[in-house]
Amino acid sequence: MTRQDSEPQDDIDPRVVSRHGLTEDEYAALRSGLGRTPTLVELGIASVMWSEHCSYKSSRIHLKKLPTTGAAVLQGPGENAGAVDIGDGLAAVFKIESHNHPSFIEPYQGAATGVGGILRDIFTMGARPIALLDSLRFGPLDDVKNRYLFERVVAGISGYGNCIGVPTVGGEVAFHELYASNPLVNVFCLGLAPKDRLFRAKASGVGNSVMYVGAKTGRDGIHGATMASEEFNEGSAAKRPMVQVGDPFTEKLLLEACLELMAHDFIVGIQDMGAAGLTSSSCEMAGRGGTGIEIDVSLVPTRETGMTPYEIMLSESQERMLLVAKPGCEDAIKALFAKWELEAAVIGRVTDTGRLVVRDLDQVAAEMPIHVLTEGAPKYERPLAPPPFLEMLQGLALEGLPVVGSPGQHLLTLLALPTIASKAWVFDQYDHMVGTNTVVLPGSDAAVLRVKGTSTALAVSVDGNSRYCMLNPYVGGMIAVAEACRNVVCSGARPIGATDCLNFGNPERPEVMWQFAMVIEGMADACRALGVPVVSGNVSFYNETRGLGVYPTPIVGVVGKAAIDHVTTQWFKADGDAVVLLGETKEELGGTEYLASVHHREQGLPPELDLDAEKKLYECCLELAAAGLLQSAHDCSDGGLAVALAECCVSSEAWVGAEIEIANPRGFREDALLFGESQSRIVVSVGADRVARVIEIAARWGVPVARVGWTGGDRLQIVIEGRVVVDVAVADAAKAWSEGLPTSLKGSTCAPT
Amino acid sequence: MKVAVVVFPGSNCDRDCQDVARDVVGASVQPVWHRAAVLPSVDLVILPGGFSYGDYLRTGALAACSPIMDAVRAHAARGGLVLGICNGFQILIESGLLPGALLRNASLRFICRTVGVRVERTDTPFTTRYTPGQVLRLPIAHADGSYWADSPTLQRLRDEGRIVFRYAALPGRPAAEANPNGSVDAIAGICNEGRNVLGLMPHPERASEDQLGGRDGLALFESAVDSLCGA
Repeated sequence: MTRQDSEPQDDIDPRVVSRHGLTEDEYAALRSGLGRTPTLVELGIASVMWSEHCSYKSSRIHLKKLPTTGAAVLQGPGENAGAVDIGDGLAAVFKIESHNHPSFIEPYQGAATGVGGILRDIFTMGARPIALLDSLRFGPLDDVKNRYLFERVVAGISGYGNCIGVPTVGGEVAFHELYASNPLVNVFCLGLAPKDRLFRAKASGVGNSVMYVGAKTGRDGIHGATMASEEFNEGSAAKRPMVQVGDPFTEKLLLEACLELMAHDFIVGIQDMGAAGLTSSSCEMAGRGGTGIEIDVSLVPTRETGMTPYEIMLSESQERMLLVAKPGCEDAIKALFAKWELEAAVIGRVTDTGRLVVRDLDQVAAEMPIHVLTEGAPKYERPLAPPPFLEMLQGLALEGLPVVGSPGQHLLTLLALPTIASKAWVFDQYDHMVGTNTVVLPGSDAAVLRVKGTSTALAVSVDGNSRYCMLNPYVGGMIAVAEACRNVVCSGARPIGATDCLNFGNPERPEVMWQFAMVIEGMADACRALGVPVVSGNVSFYNETRGLGVYPTPIVGVVGKAAIDHVTTQWFKADGDAVVLLGETKEELGGTEYLASVHHREQGLPPELDLDAEKKLYECCLELAAAGLLQSAHDCSDGGLAVALAECCVSSEAWVGAEIEIANPRGFREDALLFGESQSRIVVSVGADRVARVIEIAARWGVPVARVGWTGGDRLQIVIEGRVVVDVAVADAAKAWSEGLPTSLKGSTCAPT
Repeated sequence: MKVAVVVFPGSNCDRDCQDVARDVVGASVQPVWHRAAVLPSVDLVILPGGFSYGDYLRTGALAACSPIMDAVRAHAARGGLVLGICNGFQILIESGLLPGALLRNASLRFICRTVGVRVERTDTPFTTRYTPGQVLRLPIAHADGSYWADSPTLQRLRDEGRIVFRYAALPGRPAAEANPNGSVDAIAGICNEGRNVLGLMPHPERASEDQLGGRDGLALFESAVDSLCGA
């Protein structure tokens, strides 16, 4: 075993510091915190603990603005996942996390280990994972490299999720050129736990054994956290060894072993080893416990020979957990993990020194105060400034926008866009039924899972529109929360909590930091107004390549609670039902998919969002669902009302046409009526004899309401003030919608029929 | 009816099978760990779906070597009922309890979808409650479900009426969609000579409750219950 990593002083020169991702100032702060020059191992430890990914140094002061409390919140941000009381003695445990940078370098393993990581965050809390969702962004599919990334990411999520037996029940995929070198892979997981048996990641009890369980440690993923905290450049492909490699079979064993462990009373705390592996898990657990930790790396099970303390502390090998055992329970724990054929070893103990001590047998490789690594991490209040071009982009004079083509043609074009078209090609590769809990399968506004043994169902949706956030990050942030909530409400479920994944460019650029701050303010205002606390989340900065960054992309995951008997889906169910529009259509085309795809412009202001109107819409829709009045409910989003109506017609196996009549008393542009993305609107279908009651309930809530037509027939016809503006065969709409994505993957652009 | 559900490392659908057998069918159910040398005294042994041993080597290959499989073979030899679902079917084939092979889907991708499955034979203990030719809606979820057997084996299966289920187009869907994975002769499920061991790729336990979209799979379990009470 080599000793060079424990040799201090002279090996640390400015190049070594810089390669570790620390600035000169940060290094000076580290030296000051230690009271001396760090060893190489200590430098490695500090570099990952102080990386953006682990320390949130650029985001912490802004994240404080998000509302995180509520009567039903059992656990807010600060632990591995958040938890909300759902009744019947159960807690919903959930979180969303990003794995963007590894997925660009090695898309299959990057996505697979993203799934593995979020699963561990859930079951480390004592919750059995019951559902996965993913939010993905790629560059346009006419480029072979983007097709490759997309196919391999989906394959990675499929390969890992299916093997471990947790259903992937929903998500979203969108395509835009700015994601070409910066794909986004955000993975959400929901689990269930007994609410009085949640486990936390705290190292307490001086003298208690610290145990390592799971897979053996290898050299994969070293400095993964640092890699996620930097932009990409020409040399990025060489970073492949930094991508972790996942084994879903081992994770399945680990999941079952951990849940079995948690049914006993053997442990004080447990945390998964994710980014920065053994380093972050030991520091964070000790930090929360106000204790210290001593680790002997020679006791860590390794699968490669000659691993140094540096490598062992920084490895991001997957499928490993760190736990603190209650006194005398070590042998029982070892026996339990032996049954599942997993490693279990005592590798250290909890101390009262407040220090992290890393030994290699009798040699000390690192000794650092924990608080320097955790609270002592840099906290930046980076400069903010709106992008100079923004005001110009926000201008959109509708009078100057020509009327081109025909609305019917535009509808088919929009339906065939990969961002809007059917995602069946994706979710057919995910086992979305394992667990026998999925009552609403992928394809509706939200996925819905039953909770066996109760009359409760949980609805889940992830959503985020980056174009809105680019044009006005405050409004875009609000809308990200509102859209996810609205999807859940359309399923008949009341939102009970949110998690967020914030994907942004380089925070050292004032425009990016300004976008981040404004998005958070928007999200915070929306969460407060809508009564939805943020219980967990993740920040991913540095989604930039060669200076070109992504649009601000906050992805919000919302969980809602419904009664199992009142669950609603988005497609029309029968001929002869009334189609009713809840909400008001305004004349706004800014930031719409229609404006981008047909007019090739990304400008204007995003649609307005009146949070008060949005809240009333939810109450109205939930009352309608609870009263059993709804045949279907679908919110208007990308592509506006026309696309929403078409989706109601084609998104189930049994197509149902519709005849729609829209009044236009104020003489709006027809394309704004059809494709504008006004917020706070839901299209519902109801039995003919229920229309009066629906209108009465909506009026009582102060929600604008109008019956706009009837379901039936094999065409979708939309009439505005007596003129037919859209008249397409449902079969043609269905073809455009269902073939949009597969056609794009063949390397050709899809043309409307 | 007394049911044992074998749990291998990597089985995923074991709890689903237990839940359906206990809560929907009303049987008494227990899980049995793969390392057990003996089976409890039961009427029906279920080998559930999942990814036993992560599909290392070949699907079902390692699980077929589990200690419990000797007891499963003995139970089958005595005429006891054995039901292999998805990975369970793969394990039955690797164990020699059923003939043929299950290969990678023709599309080379995992497929999760509800498909049409036609009941070809109602003279097995698992299919008496169906009508001959009835087309069921059952979910599949697999990457390696393409059934293959050599010509003599196929001929034997046909001659002996041991092809129990075939994939079929759902009403109103194009015929081209009928065979989702390229299985030879669209075979979805087969039985042994004694007709007491059934393997099928579709998941009947996922189609046993209206709440999940349909109950076409329930009759498979109910037929098994019937077979224990006489005839």
